[in-house]
Amino acid sequence: MKPLEPISFGARLALGLLFFVVFVAAWSLATFGGYVSKTFLADPLTMIDEGRILIVRYGFLGDIAITIWRVVGGFVLAAAVAVPLGVLMGAYKPVEALLEPFISFARYLPASAFIPLLILWAGTGELQKLLVIFIGSFFQLVLIIAVTVGGTRRDLVEAALTLGAKDSRILTRVLLPAAGPQIAETLRLVLGWAWTYVIVAELIGSSAGIGHMIIDSQALLATGQIIFGIIVIGIIGLVSDFLFKALNRRLFAWSTL
Amino acid sequence: MSKLSVENVSRQFPAPRGGAPVPALLPVDLTVADNDFLVLLGPSGCGKSTLLRLIAGLDRPTTGRILLDGRPVSAPGPDRGMVFQSYTLFPWLTVADNIAFGLREKGLDEASVKPIISDWLERIGLAGFGNHYPKQLSGGMQQRTAIARALATDPTILLLDEPFGALDNQTRGLMQEMLLSIWEKQKKTVVFVTHDIEEAVFLASRVIVMTARPGRIKAEIAIDLAHPRHYTVKTSSEFSALKARLTEEIRSEALLAAHV
Repeated sequence: MKPLEPISFGARLALGLLFFVVFVAAWSLATFGGYVSKTFLADPLTMIDEGRILIVRYGFLGDIAITIWRVVGGFVLAAAVAVPLGVLMGAYKPVEALLEPFISFARYLPASAFIPLLILWAGTGELQKLLVIFIGSFFQLVLIIAVTVGGTRRDLVEAALTLGAKDSRILTRVLLPAAGPQIAETLRLVLGWAWTYVIVAELIGSSAGIGHMIIDSQALLATGQIIFGIIVIGIIGLVSDFLFKALNRRLFAWSTL
Repeated sequence: MSKLSVENVSRQFPAPRGGAPVPALLPVDLTVADNDFLVLLGPSGCGKSTLLRLIAGLDRPTTGRILLDGRPVSAPGPDRGMVFQSYTLFPWLTVADNIAFGLREKGLDEASVKPIISDWLERIGLAGFGNHYPKQLSGGMQQRTAIARALATDPTILLLDEPFGALDNQTRGLMQEMLLSIWEKQKKTVVFVTHDIEEAVFLASRVIVMTARPGRIKAEIAIDLAHPRHYTVKTSSEFSALKARLTEEIRSEALLAAHV
C-alpha cells in the first residue's frame, strides 16, 4: 500500500463488501458458537426470521414508512428554512453578526433533551416528532452553510464585480453556484444525523415507527427484532446516502471534473 | 485627452495590532492616454498590484483620486475589465458561459450574446472548446478565456495583473503575442502589471518602473518598437538595449526589496 494511491472500482467494491462479510461472520461465530447468550444477542438467522414475522404479521412496513416520513418531513422543513438563512448569513455580515452567536449557542442544545418539553407543547403526535428532527438538524445546517457561503473565493467575487455584477447578482451568480456542491454535501451529512434523532423521538411517547418497535421489543427481550430494526435503519441510511450522492454528482457535475 | 488619470493616489494598510500603518504605495501621479499600452514594472511587493486594484475599484485609495474619462472611480465596474493572476474563471460555467458572464450582466439578449461568444472563442484559438469547463483546460487556455471574458463587454480600459505569471515560459511567450495581436487589431487602453522585464518591453508602448516597497514611480520609458511586433523583435539590438536599461533601473530596486 502506498499513501493516497488510487484503487480500481472492482477492488473498492470487493473490499467494501468484505467488511460486511467479516462483520456477519464474527456475529455468527459469537452467537452460533454459543459464546453469547441468546437472551442478549440473537443469531443472524433468528434475526431474519423475526424480521420476517414483524413484516408479515405486525405490519412493520407501516412503521418503516412512518419513520421515513418523519425524517424526511422534519428534515425538509429544517432545510427549507436553514438553507436560505445560512446563505444570507454567509453573504451578509450584519445578518451573520446578528444570528451567529445565538445559533452557535442553540447548536449545543441537545435535541433529545427537548423531547419532554416538546411533548408538553405539541403532544405526542407527528408535530412533536417533526420538531425534534427540526431542532436537531436546523442549527447545524445553518452554521455549516453560512461558513461555506462565507468562504467563497474572494477572487471569484472580485472577478464578477469587475464584470459588472452587483449586490444581489453576486449572491445568485457567484456565491450560490460556488457553494452549491458544498451545501448539497452538508444536507447529505445532516440527513444522516436526522436519522439518529427520529429514533430517539420515537423511543418516547410514540405508538408507531421503528423506534417504537424497538422499545416494544425490549420489553419482550426480542433482541432479534431490535437488531432487525437497527439494520433496517442502516440499510435505509445507506440507500438514501447513495441516492443523495448520485443526485449531487448529477447536479454539480462540474465540481467533480 | 487622457483616458485614465491617477492623481496623488496612495494606499496605506492599517497595521496589525495597533502599530504604525504600513504604506504600500506612496502618492503616485499618472496619466494614461487613449489606446496606450502601459506596463507597470517592479519587484514583488512594490505596490504595482495595489495600484491596479485601486484603478479597478476593488480597493479604495488612502489619498488622491482616480478619474476614468473624467469620472471618478469609486467602485468596480464593467468599464474596467480585469484579468487576475490567479485563475478566476467561474468553475461552474462553461468556457462560453464564462465569456458571456459580463454580457448577461449587461442584460444583452441571447441572440446578441451568441455571436460575441463564437467570435471570442475564435480569436483566442478556443473554437470547439465552448462547452468545456475551466478545470478541463490548461492554465494558458484558462487565462486566454479570462482575457476574452474581460474584453467581451468591450470595456473602456483593460487591466491585467501579472496574468501570465503562473505559466511556463513558452506558453507565456505565445500568450504575449496573442494579447498584443488583439490589442493591435482592436485598439484599447491597457494597464498591465508585471515583474518580467522582457514581457514589459515586448508588450508596452510605455513602461513605468516602480520602486521597492513602499512603491512610487521611479522612471518612465517609452518603448518605440514598431507595430505589429513579431516575436523575433525580442532578439533585435533595440530590444536588448531597452531591456538592458530597464534591468539597470530595476536591479537596484530588486536589491532593496531583497533586503527587506
